[in-house]
Order: sequence, then structure tokens, then C-alpha cells
Amino acid sequence: MEEVIQDKDLESKEYFINMGPQHPSTHGVLRLVLSLDGEIIRKVEPHLGFIHRSIEKMCEHDVYNQIVHLTDRMDYLSCHINNEAVCLCVEQALQLEIPDRIKVIRTIIGELTRLSSHQLWWGVMGMDLGAITSFLYGFRDREMITDIFEETCGARLTMNYNLPGGLMFDIHPNFQKRTKDFIAHFKKKLPEYDTLLSNNVIFRQRTKGIGYLSKEDAISYGVTGPTARASGFSCDVRKHHPYSGYDKVQFKEILDTEGDCYARYKCRIAEMWESMSIIEQLIDNIPEGPHKVPTKAVIKLPKGEWYQKVETARGEFGVYIISEGQKSPYRLKFRSPGFSNLSALDHMARGCKIADLVAIMSTLDLVIPDIDR
Amino acid sequence: MKSIINYFKEIFSGLKSLMQGMKVTGHYFTHPKEIITQQYPENRETLKMFERFRGEVVLLHDENNEHKCTGCSACEVACPNGTIEIIPKRIEVEGRKVKAIDQFVYHLQMCTMCGLCIPACPTDAIVMANTFEHAVFDRSKLTKILNKPGSKIMDGIK
Amino acid sequence: MNWLYDFNYLTRSIHESLAETFEPATVTIVEMALAGLCFMILFALLGLVLVYAERKVSAFFQQRLGPMRVGKWGTAQTLADVIKLLMKEPLINKNADRFLFNLAPYIIMIASFMAMASLPFAKGLQALDFDIGLLYISAVSSLGVIGILLAGWSSDNKYSLIGAMRSGAQIISYELSVGLSLLTIVVLTGSLQLSTIVESQANGWWIFKGHIPAVVAFIIFLIASTAETNRGPFDLAEAESELTAGFHTEYSGLKFAFFFLAEFANMFIVAAIGATVFLGGWMPFHIGGWEGFNNIMDYVPPLFWFFGKVSFLIFMMMWFRWTFPRLRIDQLLTLEWKYLLPVNLMNIVLMAFLSLMGWHF
Repeated sequence: MEEVIQDKDLESKEYFINMGPQHPSTHGVLRLVLSLDGEIIRKVEPHLGFIHRSIEKMCEHDVYNQIVHLTDRMDYLSCHINNEAVCLCVEQALQLEIPDRIKVIRTIIGELTRLSSHQLWWGVMGMDLGAITSFLYGFRDREMITDIFEETCGARLTMNYNLPGGLMFDIHPNFQKRTKDFIAHFKKKLPEYDTLLSNNVIFRQRTKGIGYLSKEDAISYGVTGPTARASGFSCDVRKHHPYSGYDKVQFKEILDTEGDCYARYKCRIAEMWESMSIIEQLIDNIPEGPHKVPTKAVIKLPKGEWYQKVETARGEFGVYIISEGQKSPYRLKFRSPGFSNLSALDHMARGCKIADLVAIMSTLDLVIPDIDR
Repeated sequence: MKSIINYFKEIFSGLKSLMQGMKVTGHYFTHPKEIITQQYPENRETLKMFERFRGEVVLLHDENNEHKCTGCSACEVACPNGTIEIIPKRIEVEGRKVKAIDQFVYHLQMCTMCGLCIPACPTDAIVMANTFEHAVFDRSKLTKILNKPGSKIMDGIK
Repeated sequence: MNWLYDFNYLTRSIHESLAETFEPATVTIVEMALAGLCFMILFALLGLVLVYAERKVSAFFQQRLGPMRVGKWGTAQTLADVIKLLMKEPLINKNADRFLFNLAPYIIMIASFMAMASLPFAKGLQALDFDIGLLYISAVSSLGVIGILLAGWSSDNKYSLIGAMRSGAQIISYELSVGLSLLTIVVLTGSLQLSTIVESQANGWWIFKGHIPAVVAFIIFLIASTAETNRGPFDLAEAESELTAGFHTEYSGLKFAFFFLAEFANMFIVAAIGATVFLGGWMPFHIGGWEGFNNIMDYVPPLFWFFGKVSFLIFMMMWFRWTFPRLRIDQLLTLEWKYLLPVNLMNIVLMAFLSLMGWHF
């Protein structure tokens, strides 16, 4: 008897594919298990932990000065801002009065960090979408910032420039000149970024309407940073809970309502302009004063709990310290922006194609060590 | 009719945006002077790191092979990773037994270049050097003894 | 020096000297072997030169220097890469279909060899001069997709399979645009024979003689042929940021080198077709009425004209690749079926009309 081919035999089946931990566009060791129907994504399941170094546990054995350099290794692209968060939290606990000079320098270097992070993101975003040239252009401009860091802070990436109570050293005499040179250079180059990618018809087609995230979903997933602001969720910590020098400067919080990949892209590009304007406002007005408030060699916090949040390049970064009065914290919790942002990936990517998933991931701007810690 | 006009408009604006992108890359192609590549091993002579660059910890010695380290272990305590290990010994100075270093062991493979040991040192004996070519073929070579053989502490440093 | 301008002298003299010593059947075999050897050498040289050129051109687009270490200005870099690839271990997946896996790179190579056979390099320098040359090339050059599909299917890797399926959809649809844009010129020439097409451009290249529709056809040809060779911005079959390396993820060593070489050879082939049909092949650049200028142009040997035009087109393709982001698979098909194909059809009707009215030069 002839076998009858049933309709259900011809139906396509879902299949799984492992994206990562070694994959060019997961930017590190993130493993995504994709459930696919042809090229269409049905489900994305992130698996974490490939670069877990138990930084929070290590912090429980280190004194507060030593904790700072560990935060460099989390979100290495906004390391200065992470350092700042720990320092601010400790200073808040000690009720230290920080001089304006330290605040302003922290703000300037924080904004430079944000710029360098966004430049790298821009390059990588282009590369993820197949325009490899943008990667090199992004790094070209980032190089100038890392030079500034190297001269003033002593390292290019993991700067460890902050200490509870101030800065490791005073700024280098060349710092202001170099920063101004960079701003002048980058103001010419940033429109080039627009010509190369933002206005490109292929790029627009690849990003517009892709990975939509509504404001409600952004809030419920705990998404922060440019990713959330592109959905219309006003969450800029610099604006709502100003720390360091942000209450002294004028800047706009970039908000968009589209919530797609292109909106997130535009949001970051606009943030670069805002960061430059913040630096310009402060660079000539660095007040005189000491670069460090004297503290005890081994800081002991009083008994209690403190939380300090800052705005990194990726979103809201929080430090939560519980102290029992010892020289190390009883428990230290980092709220990393990347982790919450990643949680929205499945929601955004369902129904998209594989190529869209890459675009969504790069607009989330994930840094995997930040997610795993 | 309007949709047809829009159709062609779309094509032309798309082509225009592509052309503009090509103009940017074309500009750099025709301006080889803007190339930013540094040819590293060739430019070793002229390559100068910034003075604050943190490459590795060194113990400063003067021309008489004397250093300033008293063996107080402040750097060892300040180091978050156990990179520095001070092996002390007792020496006799003016009839009194004084603590001094036998070996200043520095594990470069564990160092994160955080620079916390430098301000911790009460006698400014150690500094961060600008060297950065740390690659070796054997892991054991990364463990260094920073005090030179036969070196001793400078006079007047306590 | 005559042979530089007309290779018929050279080929005839070789043929006659062979005919003196051998029987006719042997002569044919020897001549075929000679031609095959020439193509193999050309293939190897093309690989060496084009890989180096791609690396240098991309470097200059990206404000880099590119390979600088091996040889002066890194000129021996590709040679070093070839040696490295030869020494690599040819790995095969445990569950791969070994026969198809080994067969796939050869199919791709054979397809590009066959296409190269009928390219007119210079006057009289053409291995096969069919009267359906253009049809033959476009038929044969699309055979490569079989190799890609086999490679993706036999690799036992889902990434490879996705890449191969993408490539299949892509090449089959873009084949249409390439064919139609070439047909636009065939309307004018009235012949599919490549040597006739070249001869018909002695008084001006078709891109100038056919003005607007020819230019449109040329642009469409550039886009579609870039897509057909699987190069960026249409490199969906490889798409290294999505599919790691697409259909050749599992290949290593010499077989990977074959894929790599075939990509560059295909690039050369489509550029050569474009140069032959639109830019006059080996014909020098002539401007009507300027006798002195035309005579100077005639002094440049046809081989130089041919390779000059081809390298111009290859440079354009590299420029595309190193500027644009990659398209998505559905956008790729939208571009073909909603934009290129309708425009192409309108264009071909326009060209037929112009040709009918004699409104071309």
C-alpha cells in the first residue's frame, strides 16, 4: 500500500542553534540558545556564567580601596564610572565632603569614558551589520581618548583612577589641552559617522522597526540607559539623581519614543553630542583644590546599608553596600545594567530573523563581564 | 501615480545615501597620509609611553646598589591580589636587630596594575615602570625578585 | 611586437609549429593541455594578486596599512598564507557526508574554471569563442551555487546549512538581473558571441553608445553581480557576524583555500563580463573625431585595456564591500524582485525602443 504523505509531515519543525559562547557577534562569552523556524526566531534563551569571576564575593574580603579596581573588570568600557559608583557609595557612608575639583574631574573623565564606550559601540554595531570599516573608524577616535586616560590615569582601559575620598593623582598638565583637541577633532568626525551608517539606506532598513521595546516593557524588564530612553522611559540618573558634577552642567536627557533599533542607535549618537557639550562646559572651569580628601589608610565603614547609583554608558549601575563596621563589606551587590537589558532580549527578538537578532544585540550594547560579574 | 513617483524617489535617495557613504571611505582611500597605523616593533626606538603608565612594579636602586625598602610589608597588605610577597630577614645595624628584606618577590602574572602599592609605600621605594613587553615563554619567569643581589638598604631610611 | 596587439599571430604560429611535428589528434590534445595550463597559472596568479589587493585596498579604506611584514610592502603575504593553508590539517566533521563534503570545493572551482574559458582577454586570446558565449558564461557561473549548497548540506552544521540556503535563494534570484542587464546590451549587439560584442565596440563602448538605458543596466549589473559572487554587502552566505562563516564554517586547509580562491576568481569573472559587455572588453578608449588621441590609445596593448577595466570594476566591488552594511535575507530578495527586476524590465523595453528607432550612437 502506498504511503500517503500527510500534511503534518511537511510542516517545518523548530530547531535549536547554539549562538555562542564563541560567536563573533555575542561580544564575549554569552551563549544564546535560539529556537528557530527557518530563519525566524521563536525563542532566545541566554545562558550566562562563562565569565563569572565572583567579583561580589571577592569584594567581601577586600578593603574598600581594593574593591575599586575590581569594578574595572566588570563593565570595562565604563570602568571609570563603575569606580566612581563604589567611591561615591563609600564616601556617602563616611559622610565625606568632596571638594568641587574632584567632582568636576570625575565628571569629565566619566563623560570621556561614556564617549569612548559609545565610539566602540558604534564601530562594533557597524561590524555586526557587516560594515567592517566603521569598526576601524570608531577605534581611531577612541584612541585619542585612551591616550588622554593613559596620560592622566596611567592605564588605557582599566584605569582605577578613583579612590574613596578622591583621585589617585591630580590631572596631568596636558589633560585640558588634549581633551580640547579631542573635542575639536571629534566634532568633525561625528557627522562622518552619520554619513557612513545613520543615513545609509541599508543600515536604516536593517534597524528601523526592528526589536521594538515599548515603554511599559522597558520599565517592567528593568531596562535602563540609552536602551530604555529610546523607548521613552526617562531614566537618566545624571538628571534625576545628580551625582558628582552633573548638577552644575546643562544637558539634555535624550528621549525617543520609537523604541526600535534605530531609535536606540540615534539615542547613543545624540548622547555623544551631549557628552561633548558637558565636557566643554567643565573643561575650562576645573576649580582649584586638592585631588584627594585625607582618609584613613584602611577605611572602616560604620554599621549600615548604602546604595549609590550612577549612569554608565549602558544604563543604571548600582552599588549596594552592607557594612557590619568592619574594614570589608559584609555584602556588596552590584546592579549591572547589562544583566537587566539582556533580559529584554527574548521579548524583543521573537519573530525576528537571525540577522535582526544581531542588530538587536548590538543596540543593547552588551558587555558580557558586566552581566556575569 | 504618486506611488510610482515615491518608488523612484526611494531608489534615488537610497542610491544617494550609498554614494555619500562611499565618498567618506573614498576620501580616506585617497588620503593615505591620514593612516593611523603604528608599526610597533619597528618603532620601538621612538615609542615612548606616558610617564604615568603603569607597566610593572620595580624597586628603585641607586648606583651603589642600594634601595629604600625597609621590608615593612605595607605594599603586601595594600595589594588586592597577593602579587607582592616580602620575605623578611633580620640584620644587625649598630648593634640592634632590624627588619629588612631578604627577597622582594613580585608575581607579575597576578598583578592587575592597579597601582595601590605605590602610595602605600612609606619610603617611596617602589614605582611603576613604563615597560610593557612582559611576554615570556615560561610562566616561572614572571615571578620576579625585585631586589638586586647584594643590594642593601640606603642609610637613613627607617 | 605584433602579437601584443593581435594574439592570432602567436596562437597560429604555435599551432603551425606543433602541426609540423605531431599528428592532428595529438596537436589538439597538446593545445588543450597548454590552454589548461595557462588558465591554471592565471588562476593561481589571480588568487595571489587579488587577495593581496583586497587586503591592501580594504586597509587603505580603513586608514590602515594592511600587510607590511612579508616582503616589501607585504607583497609576499598571500604566498605565506598559501603555504600556511597547505600545511593545515584538513578536518572533517564526524557526521559530515564525506563524499559531498570533499566534492563541494571542486565543483565551485570547476564552475569558475569553465566560466573563465570563454572570456576574451585580448584579440585572439580566447579559449572558447562560442556563438552563445554570453549565455554559456551566465549558465556556467551559476553552477557554483551547487557547490555552495553541497558544502552547506554536507557539513553537518546548522550555520552552514542556513548559509547555503541563503546563498541558493540569493544566487537564483540575482541570476535573473545579471542576465537581463546583459540582455539590454545584447539588444544592441544582436549577438551573444563575446568576440562579436567586443568588435562591435570598436567605435565606442556600449555604456557610452547606449547612453541612459546602458548606464542603468550597468549599475544593475554591478549590484547584481556583486550579489552573485556572494560578496559584501551581499555576503549573506558567509555573514561572519551572524553565521560565523556560513557555508564554509567547517572547511579548513586546502579546501577552504579553494572556496576562498573561487570567490576571488568569480569576482574576476563577473568583472570581466562587465568589462566585455559594457566597457568594450580589450577595445581601447576612443573618442569620435579625435584621431591623434585615438592613435595614442591604440598603442596601449589590448591586454592592458582588458585588465585595466577589470581591475576598475573589481575596485568598485571592493569599495562596496568595505563601505556598506550587509543586507538581511528578505531585504535582499525585496531589492531583487521589487526594485532591480522591474527597473530592469522597463529598461530593456526602453533599450529595445531606442534600438528600433536608432536613437543610440
